Amino acid sequence: MASDLSGRVALVTGGTRGIGRAIVLALAGAGATVFVGGRSAEAVEAMIAGSAVADRLHPLPFDVADPAAVKAAFMALQKQAGRLDILVNSAGVLKDAVIEMTSTGLMAETLATNLTGTLTCCQYAVRLMGRAGGGSIINLTSIIGRVGYPGHTAYGAAKAGVIGLTISLAREVGGRGIRVNAVAPGTIETDMTAGIPDDKRAALVERIALGRTGQPEDVAPLVLFLAGDGARYISGQVIGVDGAMAM
Amino acid sequence: MKSLAEVFAESLMIDAASVVDSLAYQSIKEWDSVAHMVLVTALEDNFDIMLDADDIVAMSSVAKVRAILAKYDITA
Ligand SMILES: NC(=O)c1ccc[n+]([C@@H]2O[C@H](COP(=O)([O-])OP(=O)(O)OC[C@H]3O[C@@H](n4cnc5c(N)ncnc54)[C@H](OP(=O)(O)O)[C@@H]3O)[C@@H](O)[C@H]2O)c1
Repeated sequence: MASDLSGRVALVTGGTRGIGRAIVLALAGAGATVFVGGRSAEAVEAMIAGSAVADRLHPLPFDVADPAAVKAAFMALQKQAGRLDILVNSAGVLKDAVIEMTSTGLMAETLATNLTGTLTCCQYAVRLMGRAGGGSIINLTSIIGRVGYPGHTAYGAAKAGVIGLTISLAREVGGRGIRVNAVAPGTIETDMTAGIPDDKRAALVERIALGRTGQPEDVAPLVLFLAGDGARYISGQVIGVDGAMAM
Repeated sequence: MKSLAEVFAESLMIDAASVVDSLAYQSIKEWDSVAHMVLVTALEDNFDIMLDADDIVAMSSVAKVRAILAKYDITA
């Protein structure tokens, strides 16, 4: 079922590259007005300028790990658009480190961006969506948050945390017409996974039943569906997009 | 722009005369957690601000709300 999102207002954090960018294009393609997040104002502007749906995109650069910046961004969004219907939390960072070499700084950055940043954005989104009578929140978690992976303890903790927040928040705000779901990609070809060495990549592909890694455009259709009315009775779910991958 | 007392009175559905500095959250049945969020939205709309979770938790009396608004350069 194709989603018609005309008249809806969306915010996609981490919308400049990779999965977030594909989601921005899919939502705008379905008619939504989309605010594009990312830390760098130049990257946000460049992404918008290079898109075929630039007239439906608005820059909203902010760092999700900075609570004051998140607050200012939601305030600016409310002033500009007057409402929020869809929030996609796609901003994320992944840095490999075995447990012994997971520095305090790496731990803090990983949790602040992937987990606390998502939680803070959800906090403001719920308030704006509550005013509009409902909405849809989609959080990017990961297969690693469900089944784990060596060298990804901090990231796995953050992504498992995103699952926990998704299912609890779905229960808390369902009465206000707000749905909250999580999408758990497997290995998707983006800057985040570009550094995987060839031998490791080949081993990963062997674990994927569909025989290939994913593209951002493989993830976006699910997010588009969850954002729209076709998913009106779906909340509190964690849905994998991993080609039937076994870690 | 409405006065702070007017915003309180309309949000909590109480008489403006009972909006005194010492009036505290959950001290009257009209100021429960549901009315608290109505009050938050009304304050944000009236004074054109966005309150954060720490502000919302700290709004434990009319006096406290006044002090929080002062942080946003609002004299109410
Ligand atoms: N790729 C995969 O295989 C995979 C698998 C499972 C889950 N995921 C999850 O999917 C999401 C998207 O991943 P991706 O592969 O598209 O990543 P990506 O290509 O590395 O893009 C990450 C995006 O997040 C933004 N970002 C990073 N830190 C930020 C911060 N503190 N504040 C605001 N924006 C920030 C980046 O923009 P700036 O750098 O300009 O700030 C960029 O737009 C992430 O949550 C990731 O954990 C990815």
